Amino acid sequence: MSRHTLSVLVEDKPGVLARVASLFSRRGFNIESLAVGPTELPEISRMTIVVNVEGLPLEQVTKQLNKLINVLKIVELDPEASVQREIMLVKVRSDLETRSHILETAQLFRAKVVDVSQEAVTIEATGKADKLQALLKVLEPFGIKELVKSGMVAVGRGPRSISDRALRSIDRPA
Amino acid sequence: MSEKITGAESLVRSLESVGVTDVFGIPGGAILPLYDPLFDSSIRHILVRHEQGAGHAAEGYAAASGRVGVCMATSGPGATNLVTPIADANMDSVPMVAITGQVPSGAIGTDAFQEADIRGITMPITKHNFLVTNPDDIPRAITEAFHLASSGRPGPVLVDVSKDALQAETEFSWPVQMDLPGYHPVTKPHSKQVREAARMILGARQPVLYVGGGVIRAGASAALRRLAEVTGIPVVTTLMARGAFPDSHPQHLGMPGMHGTVAAVGALQKSDLLITLGARFDDRVTGKLSTFAPDAAVIHADIDPAEIGKNRTADVPIVGDLAEILPELVAAIEAEQADGTVGDYEGWWALLNRMRETYPLGYETYDDGTLSPQYVIQRLGLISGPESIYTAGVGQHQMWAAQFIGYEHPNTWLNSGGLGTMGYAVPAAMGAKVAMPDKTVWAIDGDGCFQMTNQELATCTINDIPIKVALINNGNLGMVRQWQTLFYNERYSNTNLESFRVPDFVKLAEAYGAYGLRCESPEQVDAVIEKAMSIDDAPVVIDFVVHKDAMVWPMVAAGTSNDDIMVAREMAPDWSGEDD
Repeated sequence: MSRHTLSVLVEDKPGVLARVASLFSRRGFNIESLAVGPTELPEISRMTIVVNVEGLPLEQVTKQLNKLINVLKIVELDPEASVQREIMLVKVRSDLETRSHILETAQLFRAKVVDVSQEAVTIEATGKADKLQALLKVLEPFGIKELVKSGMVAVGRGPRSISDRALRSIDRPA
Repeated sequence: MSEKITGAESLVRSLESVGVTDVFGIPGGAILPLYDPLFDSSIRHILVRHEQGAGHAAEGYAAASGRVGVCMATSGPGATNLVTPIADANMDSVPMVAITGQVPSGAIGTDAFQEADIRGITMPITKHNFLVTNPDDIPRAITEAFHLASSGRPGPVLVDVSKDALQAETEFSWPVQMDLPGYHPVTKPHSKQVREAARMILGARQPVLYVGGGVIRAGASAALRRLAEVTGIPVVTTLMARGAFPDSHPQHLGMPGMHGTVAAVGALQKSDLLITLGARFDDRVTGKLSTFAPDAAVIHADIDPAEIGKNRTADVPIVGDLAEILPELVAAIEAEQADGTVGDYEGWWALLNRMRETYPLGYETYDDGTLSPQYVIQRLGLISGPESIYTAGVGQHQMWAAQFIGYEHPNTWLNSGGLGTMGYAVPAAMGAKVAMPDKTVWAIDGDGCFQMTNQELATCTINDIPIKVALINNGNLGMVRQWQTLFYNERYSNTNLESFRVPDFVKLAEAYGAYGLRCESPEQVDAVIEKAMSIDDAPVVIDFVVHKDAMVWPMVAAGTSNDDIMVAREMAPDWSGEDD
C-alpha cells in the first residue's frame, strides 16, 4: 500500500470540492481522507488529501488534479518533514467503575475529556493517525458509542509557506 | 467605457466581442431573455431541431475551421441534450463553448420546472464550466470560457447563466481581465528534452512517427511534414489524425489501430522508437497495452502533461504546443545532421515496404451485383477529392471512410473518435459547411447513425446549408453485426434495423426538402455521386444500398495484441522472418 499526503491549494469558489472529489472518483483514485478549510489568504482554500495509490503512479493523480482550472498548487508532504494531525472525538461507555480507567487512558495519550455524563465520557484527541488508532484500541474494551474523526491536516516543517507562490500567481494579471 | 444594459445584452455583446459569428441552438424558457437581443445581433443563430444537433454542429464547425464552435440551449432537457456532444468534444479535444440557460437563481436547488444541475452534470466532461448568477460576471465568464476552450489542450467549456442574471441590469465594459490563476498551459518545450529527442531519433534504427489528432488541433501539419522529410522516418496517422499528413506521401503507412493497415500496425509493433506527437496511446491504437510496441523507446510530445505516462511510460517527455515543438525538433535534428549524425533507416524501410506491398487495404466484391460499401466510399473520395470535407458517424462506414478516402489536408476528416458517438455525421457536416461554406461537405453515414440525427436535414434545407449525405445503408448496425459474426456465433441479436424497408430514405430526404437519390449497383455509383456533386441548392442524400455482410479488415480484436492482427477472417499476416 502506498499512501501520500497532498496539500492542494484551490481557489475558494463554489463547486471546487465537488470537482476534486469527482475527479478522484472517476479516475479510480482512492481517497483515504480529505479535509478542507480556509487559509491565511481569503481567496484560497487548502485541501489536505490522503490518497492511497496502488498500481498507479502518484504523478498521474497530481497531473489530473493540476488540470482542474481552480487548482492552484499541489505539494506532496513528506511525513518526515511535516506535521500531520487528525482530531478525533470519541464517546466511550463508562460507569462509576470504569470512569477512572478511561480518564487515566486519556491522560496517557494527552487527550482531553470534553464531556462527561452518567453513562459516557467524550474524549478529544489529536495526533497522527497511528496515535489515534492506539488510543482507540485501548478504549475499545470499554465500549465505543460514537466516533468521529476529521480528515488529516498537515503542514510542512520549517519557515517556508507553500502559499507564497500561489499568492503571487493570484496577483498576477492574466 | 461602460453602459447599463441587461445581462442578456451583455452576453450577446460579449459573444460578438470575442468574435463569434455563428451559433447553433434552440431557445426555451430559461434562455429566452438571451434570444431577444440575439434577434438584433450580427451573430447568425441557426435554429436546429435537437440540441444534440447544435452540439455536434458546433463541433463540426470547430473541427473544420479551428475556430471555437458555439451551441446554446435552455435549462433542463435542453442542457442535458447537449451532454453527448459535450462529452464528445471533451474526448476529442474540440474547442467548443456551450451556453445554457438556468432557472432563476432563487429557484436553483428547488427542483424547479426544467431545472437540471448542468454544471454538476458536465463537470467530468468539460475542460471547465461556470454557473453565472450575477450579470456583472457575464463578460468575464465568456472571455474565460473562450480562452479556456481554445488554448492549451482545447476542449468544451459550458457557461450556465441563470434567467435572473440575463434579465437584470448590469454594466458592460470590454475587454475584461481574466481571473484564471490556476491555468498556465505550457506551450514552449524544454529545449534539453527536444535535443535529447533529436539524438534518440537519429540513433534509432526502426523509428515511427506516431501522429495523433493533437497535430491537427495544433495546426502543426506543415511542421510535421518537415520533420518527416528531414528525417525520412515513416509516419502513421491515427483515426483522429487522418489528414495531418498527406495520404499520397510515400512515407505514409496509413492508420494504425484496431482497423489499421498491416504496415502501420506492424511498424508500431516492430519499432524501436515511437515518436509520439499529440497522440494518447488509446486502447483502439495499442490493442493489449502490455504487448504494444514491446521493443520501442518512447518520445511523447503533448500539450497535456497528464497524457504523458498515463498509458505508456515515456522515455523522453516533451510538454508543449506541437506548433512550437516540431520546428524546434527539426532544428535540433538538422544541427545534429550538420555535425554528421544521420539516421539509417534503410533496413527498416525494406521491412515496412514488404508489409505495405504484401498487405495493402482491400475488400470483397460480390458476384450478385450488390454494392461493396468500400467501393462506394473509395469512389466518393476520388470523385469529390481531397479538397472536400468528410464527416462520418461511428461504425463500419467510419472505418472505411478513414481507410479508403485519401486525405491530403488537416481539418478535412471529422469524426467522433474517442467517444464514438453515433449520429455525429449529419450535424457535424452542417457545422462544417457553415464554417467553410465554399467547401463541399460530405457526411458519410450509416443507416443506424443517420436515424439518430437526420432531423437536422430540415435545418440544412431551411438555412441553405447544402451538405451531401452518402448513406451507407446495409440495413443493420453493421459494426455490431460484424462482432456478432466474429465473436457471438453469428447470433444477430437486435442488429437488424430493416432499413432496406423502413424508412424509405429517398422519400425521407424529399420530405425534408433535400434531394433523395438511390444507388444499388456498382455501375450507378459514379453517376449518382456526380449528380450529387452537381447539386448545390439544397442538401442531397444518396441511399447507397450495400451488401450487409461486408466487414472491416484488417482487425485487431478488442483486448488482444496488435501482433494478432487479422487481415481477413481467420487470416493472420505472415510476419515470420521479417525481423531483420
